[in-house]
Amino acid sequence: MDLGQFILMRHELLLTIAALAILVAEIFTSEKNKSKIINFTLVLFALVTFIGFIPGETGNLFGGSFQSSQLTILMKNVLNLAVLIVFLQAEGWLRKPENADKISEYFILTLSTLIGMNFMISAGDFLIFYIGLETATIPIAGLAAFDKYKSQSAEAGIKLILSSALSSGILLFGLSMIYGATGSIYFADIATKVQPNALIALGFVFFVSGMGFKISLVPFHFWTADVYEGAPINVTSYLSVVSKGAAAFIFTIVLFTVFKNIVELWRPMIYALAICTMTIGNLFAMRQNNIKRFLAFSSIAQAGFILLGILGAGELGMTAIVYFVLVYVFTNLGAFGVVAAIHNASGVETISGYKGLYQTNPKLGLLMTISLFSLAGIPPIAGFFGKFFLFTAAAGSGYYILVLIAVLNATISLYYYLLVIKAIFIEKNEQPIPEFRSSNAMRIALVMCIAGVFIIGFASGIFEYIRSISKIFLN
Amino acid sequence: MNILTLLVLIPVLTMIGVLFTKDYKGARLVSAIGMGVELIATVYLVLAYLAARKTGMMHEMLFTSDFIWYPSLNIHFAFGVDGIAVAMIGLTSIVIFAGIFASWELQFLTKEFFVSLILLVTAVYGFFISLDLFTMFLFYELALIPMYLLIGLWGTGPKEKSAMKLTLMLMAGSALIMVGILGLYYNSAPGGGPLTFNIIEISKINIPVAAQRFFFPFAFIGFGILGALFPFHTWSPDGHASAPTAVSMLHAGVLMKLGGYGCFRVAMFLMPQAAKEMAWIFIILTTISVVYGAFSAIWQNDLKFINAYSSVSHCGLVIFALLMMNQTAMDGAILQMISHGLMTALFFALIGMIYGRTHTRDIREMGGLMKVIPFLAVVYMIAGFASLGLPGLSGFVAEMTVFVGSFQHQDIFHRVVTVIVASSIVITAVYILKVVGMLLLGPLKDQHHAHLEDAKWYEKLSTVTLVLAVAAIGIAPLWLSDTIVASLKPIVTRLATVIPF
Repeated sequence: MDLGQFILMRHELLLTIAALAILVAEIFTSEKNKSKIINFTLVLFALVTFIGFIPGETGNLFGGSFQSSQLTILMKNVLNLAVLIVFLQAEGWLRKPENADKISEYFILTLSTLIGMNFMISAGDFLIFYIGLETATIPIAGLAAFDKYKSQSAEAGIKLILSSALSSGILLFGLSMIYGATGSIYFADIATKVQPNALIALGFVFFVSGMGFKISLVPFHFWTADVYEGAPINVTSYLSVVSKGAAAFIFTIVLFTVFKNIVELWRPMIYALAICTMTIGNLFAMRQNNIKRFLAFSSIAQAGFILLGILGAGELGMTAIVYFVLVYVFTNLGAFGVVAAIHNASGVETISGYKGLYQTNPKLGLLMTISLFSLAGIPPIAGFFGKFFLFTAAAGSGYYILVLIAVLNATISLYYYLLVIKAIFIEKNEQPIPEFRSSNAMRIALVMCIAGVFIIGFASGIFEYIRSISKIFLN
Repeated sequence: MNILTLLVLIPVLTMIGVLFTKDYKGARLVSAIGMGVELIATVYLVLAYLAARKTGMMHEMLFTSDFIWYPSLNIHFAFGVDGIAVAMIGLTSIVIFAGIFASWELQFLTKEFFVSLILLVTAVYGFFISLDLFTMFLFYELALIPMYLLIGLWGTGPKEKSAMKLTLMLMAGSALIMVGILGLYYNSAPGGGPLTFNIIEISKINIPVAAQRFFFPFAFIGFGILGALFPFHTWSPDGHASAPTAVSMLHAGVLMKLGGYGCFRVAMFLMPQAAKEMAWIFIILTTISVVYGAFSAIWQNDLKFINAYSSVSHCGLVIFALLMMNQTAMDGAILQMISHGLMTALFFALIGMIYGRTHTRDIREMGGLMKVIPFLAVVYMIAGFASLGLPGLSGFVAEMTVFVGSFQHQDIFHRVVTVIVASSIVITAVYILKVVGMLLLGPLKDQHHAHLEDAKWYEKLSTVTLVLAVAAIGIAPLWLSDTIVASLKPIVTRLATVIPF
């Protein structure tokens, strides 16, 4: 075997090297200089992200167990970009004295999960898929319990690990049935052998349930709000954006390639899940006052919209999902960035605490508003395009009623986003959050988010590029 | 550069300019200059359009330009105008110009106010020049969203509740429109070939009748909500009553016309068969709108509520006339849109000015204002007379055309509803005369009002602009009417060629 072929795994290899480099750097820094690891990691990871964008070869490794194509590379790049923004946003938080002794842990745990997600995206059989899944899941529990002196954070860690273990078990059970029915774990083999029979249907239900936990689809969402609330903000944003985005990518890939011959079997399931997820997520989001719980439920609702793209099978559906996740990365990280910046400066975490924000910190208020409008799908910012293409994809399969329900849900979501905007702009507060200046890294991250939100929609080339590589991928 | 691109570009540049101003004086000055330039550009557009038609350019749309945006979905930036769009753009330019001067003294977050207001107007221009359903929808939604902050921040009364209600109801309407648009898109190539969002291209093919029946109600009701179609009009009184002056002007004057415009340009023009079949349902609804709106206005004591319900009535008449589907009535509908836009903007401007002086909008607490503020009072009377359809002003021309057109139908149903709707003229006269009598005539009711100052120069500029436009249409309606009729031809022909069921 030619070692040069390993260049196909360059994203995974780079991430592994980066994680190891941080570990080595940790050894060689003295107690006093631990915070230098932050700068080191930021530069290193920016480099890794940049190298990821250099075009390279595509192909298969290990007899088809590892598959690399333009689309998977793009997905990995999107995730890298998201993680870079998360790291930039975490900088101020990690510099706090209580985190001084666990800086490198944060980075290494995050990168480990990212490596797992990358392997899942590139998986060509269910073995790699499952190993990737576990690698992606277990370190996150450590991350959620990062604030070790807060009982909420510890609770979040326990909840996450238990529900993840359960969902992984369920998923594995489903995979074993599919293996029993088709006699193979290779995606390509299963795709040709899969039949709409009872055993496959049962296995598939378990598979969807397991994945449902990861993407937090209703009714598998119960862990989400507590974990999002308990975990530190920069872990929550990672969970809500990177982890969920990756799970959506993988779910789509598996449905569109492995189970493409039993579309009639899974479409009704996804249809029902989409309606439940959007509606329940929205209805619960309305009643939250804690901004992290609020964004948790809003992100559940957003996952429901992603399912519409899955229903619009074919390249348009695939494109719409990848595009939506790309938009979602910038949009949601914009919102989480503001939440993190405010939390670092003043400790405020409630919507009612945001009252009068525009008077004291107009830029942050405006940024939050734009991010929330983008989440609600208001033109001309990127969220509108993301939603419009998802709905176009679903309508292309004839699901007009579902599209109507989805757009009405988007209207409901606008209601609670407007509640936050009302707090920021309109409502008066005796003691608004005092004026403050965020760190430079946070500023860079927020500028990246806002630039993404404004540019992605107008630059139609991005959509066209995703569409062209999706076409190649699905053929 | 294409004149239409310029129409969108000027407000965008104005917004950027406002952002760089230091205080409220700078912000209002930049806005006024920007909108003044916009008005000049609009005049140029009107003249260029008329000249082009005179030289015999017979295309449906003029000044068209087309840029491919999303090639794989066939989404374009396609712009172009016909006589109707030109008329609506003219209306928008006049109202926003007057609106800037009506909010001349606003000093709370002035920059933000003017940026939001001009953002709204940018979207309106974009909507009227769009020939592509995607960009049209984009601009439509963009026009709705600044309203929330405009009402919520600068409004009066229960502003937060009204702002939320208005935004959510209109966004629910746009949800329906979205389904309608996607339906049109996926049925735009029944014989195979590339799908398209382009209105002109879709109008050349016949959407399958089954699809029309399914999607027509979505598109029509969706736009109808913004056009205050009964029973989806409830956002309008609350929203208009709570909004600040310039926003009420723009919203009642221009934004509600987006609804009517969308109803015929998207729903009826592209799905004529379904429009014919279902017209009767909506005719009944609009008949209720017209009469119910007028009756409600009688019982109100708040000047803004009176005018808001009157808008429901008048905008109901617009959709009513559109549904009559003959040339005269549809011509009347467009005239009514413009006439109502101008006079309702005038009303809201005056109400804002009176409220700024008396600090009340309750007609029971005011009286005899004619003696103290004669200029504003006289203009108020002119607006009132235009509203009740006095010959020589725009309201008469519009309403007359509508009723002549709708009475051309021979059958009993259309004649009966026409008679019912025509009765609203009388009801309108009741509430207009009641307000004029209580507010302006008689002895001075509140002695605190004895020393009010009459209109300042910017208020005069704002109102006179609108009065001139109202009078111009009333005195010389034919040039406008002719332009509209010429552009209505393709729509009317298309509606006439389908066989009613």
